[in-house]
Amino acid sequence: MKFSAFISPKAVKSDLGSSTKEEVIAELVQTLVEAGEILEKDRDDIIRAIMRREELGSTGIGRGVAVPHTKHPSVTKLIGTVGVSSTGLDFESLDGQKASLFFLLVSPPDRPGDHLRALENISRQLRDDQFCKLLGQSKTAVDILHLLEEADRESGAS
Amino acid sequence: MEPTHTEVVSRDLTVQNPEGLHLRPAGKLARLATEYNCSLELERCGQVADCRSMISLMTLGASQGSVLTLRASGPDADSAVEAIARLFESRFDEL
Repeated sequence: MKFSAFISPKAVKSDLGSSTKEEVIAELVQTLVEAGEILEKDRDDIIRAIMRREELGSTGIGRGVAVPHTKHPSVTKLIGTVGVSSTGLDFESLDGQKASLFFLLVSPPDRPGDHLRALENISRQLRDDQFCKLLGQSKTAVDILHLLEEADRESGAS
Repeated sequence: MEPTHTEVVSRDLTVQNPEGLHLRPAGKLARLATEYNCSLELERCGQVADCRSMISLMTLGASQGSVLTLRASGPDADSAVEAIARLFESRFDEL
């Protein structure tokens, strides 16, 4: 599943200002509210659901990357955003490193296949050192979007 | 004669939990794999993943019903395959 199928272009953010796990999750969810992908009334519930998921085990998967996510009945299709923190922050990642690249996903409760395909695409790109490096160096949302578009073109995924 | 450990132990495993090999199962599998002293690979449709890497495992995109081939080679390959097969059979402790 290509990035363009689930990443909301208006939501991606290059200059995350948060310094804690809870703050960055709230900041990322807010980007989806501002992009019109989720309603403001659902924001706090989605943040709480993502935090509950984190309590089961951090989604900080290493390489400076975290994939916070939840299912939520308010969405009818998988939606996601990408955020980059220039300083990185403690996300209780498996490898003990700070996380600076974030892929936040909210999926409908009944579509586990889409979530898997999104994770598959994200993890394929993360194996590419150049992708991780360039994403970390992104200074603007446009930089991030260009990188995602390029990854979509090269992956040939549908 | 000294054992050479070059033999590859192989087994087909089916993903049984409804949500597939998503992040938490991949994490459990990666942690389990690190306890063994052998190479551990999972293959799906020609794609090969290193069982010790969550990121690598997630590139398989293995949904419920997917059949994956586990291959192990090394001193404790047999017990690693047994343990991993049990993890799949337990549905990664998910419903």
